[in-house]
Amino acid sequence: MSGQDPAVDDAPLLTADDVTRVYTLGRDNEVHALRGVSFTVDRGEHVAIVGSSGSGKSTLLNLLGALDRPTSGHVRYHGRDVRDMDDAELARLRNGSIGFVFQSFQLLPRLTALDNVILPLVYRSSSPRERRERATAALEQVGLADRITHRPGELSGGQQQRVAIARALVTEPALLLADEPTGNLDTRTGEEIMTLLEELHRDRGTALVVITHEAEVAARAARRIELRDGRIVTEVAA
Amino acid sequence: MSLRESLRVAMQALRANRLRSALTTLGVLIGVLSVVLLVAIGQGARSEITGAIEGLGSNLLFVLPGDGDFGGGPQRSSFVADDIERVDRSLPGGEGRAAGYVIGAEAVQAEGNRFNATVFGITENYLGVVDRTIARGQSLSRSDVATGRRVAVLGASSAETLFPGQDPIGRTVSLGAIRYRVVGVLERVGTTAFGPDVDRQVLIPISAAQRLFGSTRVDAIFVRAESTVGIEADREAARSALAERLEEDEFSVVSQDEIIGVVGDILQILTWVLAAIAGISLLVGGVGVSNIMLVSVSERTREIGLRKALGARTRDITRQFLFEAVALTGLGGVVGLALGIGAAELVAAFAPVPAEVTWWSIALALGVSVLVGLVFGVLPARRAGQLDPVTALRHE
Repeated sequence: MSGQDPAVDDAPLLTADDVTRVYTLGRDNEVHALRGVSFTVDRGEHVAIVGSSGSGKSTLLNLLGALDRPTSGHVRYHGRDVRDMDDAELARLRNGSIGFVFQSFQLLPRLTALDNVILPLVYRSSSPRERRERATAALEQVGLADRITHRPGELSGGQQQRVAIARALVTEPALLLADEPTGNLDTRTGEEIMTLLEELHRDRGTALVVITHEAEVAARAARRIELRDGRIVTEVAA
Repeated sequence: MSLRESLRVAMQALRANRLRSALTTLGVLIGVLSVVLLVAIGQGARSEITGAIEGLGSNLLFVLPGDGDFGGGPQRSSFVADDIERVDRSLPGGEGRAAGYVIGAEAVQAEGNRFNATVFGITENYLGVVDRTIARGQSLSRSDVATGRRVAVLGASSAETLFPGQDPIGRTVSLGAIRYRVVGVLERVGTTAFGPDVDRQVLIPISAAQRLFGSTRVDAIFVRAESTVGIEADREAARSALAERLEEDEFSVVSQDEIIGVVGDILQILTWVLAAIAGISLLVGGVGVSNIMLVSVSERTREIGLRKALGARTRDITRQFLFEAVALTGLGGVVGLALGIGAAELVAAFAPVPAEVTWWSIALALGVSVLVGLVFGVLPARRAGQLDPVTALRHE
């Protein structure tokens, strides 16, 4: 269910190859958000992408999440270029290989925790019963077995992020892509969330890419990629 | 995403905004209701009026004043009593198949009871030609007509009004200052919403009526053909007989089918006009749907971005919003149809206007309401599907 093509199984999970992204805001007003970024993420790796606001890390997140296409360069999943994928293939990639965790949780307020976790399963063929079972199991795994019928408004920030993590892992993705996952949480809750993400990464062998501006969060990763003004300035293995 | 899943998600979204969904549906509901009801009234009128003409009996030819153009309104009659004879004698295979009448309004009274009646001056064979039967007493005779005898046959309602609970045969009624002896009462025909109430007629010999009205005119001549096959021969005979005396544009001979055809066509157009007027309200309902769907798309921009990030294709999103629009209008269509049929039944039962729900107005109302959903849903749905996930996710 990870959407991997067996033919390119030996290719790295994710490669960024001289990626640039230019936003045209108006005539003669171009913003170079990324100016040639290259790196690789292997299966089961834990990578932190750090940088201050304006460094280009949000742009990079969108490109890694296959939500956007680079202006030049290549983003490849399992060796396949995102640029060559059509709308349906991109949707299948996001649904099958990537689990998003957002800073602002992005839960649908009118749905229960269970239905929020079911959401990505709706876009693949599975029976309603199977979906419920998998979503329930995912919620159990993040420690919310007793909250499945609650709506987001009835949950604390930490609990909401746990629901979002359950939603990200319910599809058994090859990559968890977390954008400032602790940004809206207090320090202790943030630490709990990071611990949970790292557990999942360890136990399931899921690659974990965390985008953050917090040094403590970045320090937990095995490898750190630092961005400044759209370029990689340092890349260090811990 | 399966169709069933799209439908489920659409219904979920509509339920989340119950009041708004209900109000939007209401617009379509009113549109469908008015289409069904107005078409029912138009169709009811059509079948009642053509039914009334058919009720005169089949195989009828109408010799009418004027050139037969119904659009010009009533025309002055040039017929006289001799023309009835002339037509009757011309018909192949025996006489007595042509009847003439003159019509007028007159106050009628008897024993203190009084009302304004439609007075028909008829030839003795008129009732046979238009297929009406005497309930009690007898009809007008040839000699009554020949001598202008002051005798009358009453419609069923006329008899009840003038002689409540009594036998009118042999009694006297007055038309103006002239008294007539009642010799017969007609079988009841029943009320209709359009045209004169035939049960409130008073029938007297045509010669007596011409004297009463102070005129020698005859308003129309009816011919009963012996069979459907004989109609054309009768029509030709009547036409050439009258052409000896009258100009071409002073008379016309039309069959019952032709009259039903023309009247039916006019009323069908009326029905379509009613449907079109009601259709405008359906259109306004559709614009309301489009409007609310656009609001919904912009409110749920983040949701759309999220769904795309989680694996929704462009067409999954488009379909979801299209289903929402069609669910809104389809629901309005079904409820509007049910209420429209109910309203038509109420009108038919309690109002003097007839109403007849036809299968095609049902199909039209449902089809159009779904179509309205598709047409007015496409724009917002496409807009939703084409949202860029990056921008959508960041939308406040």
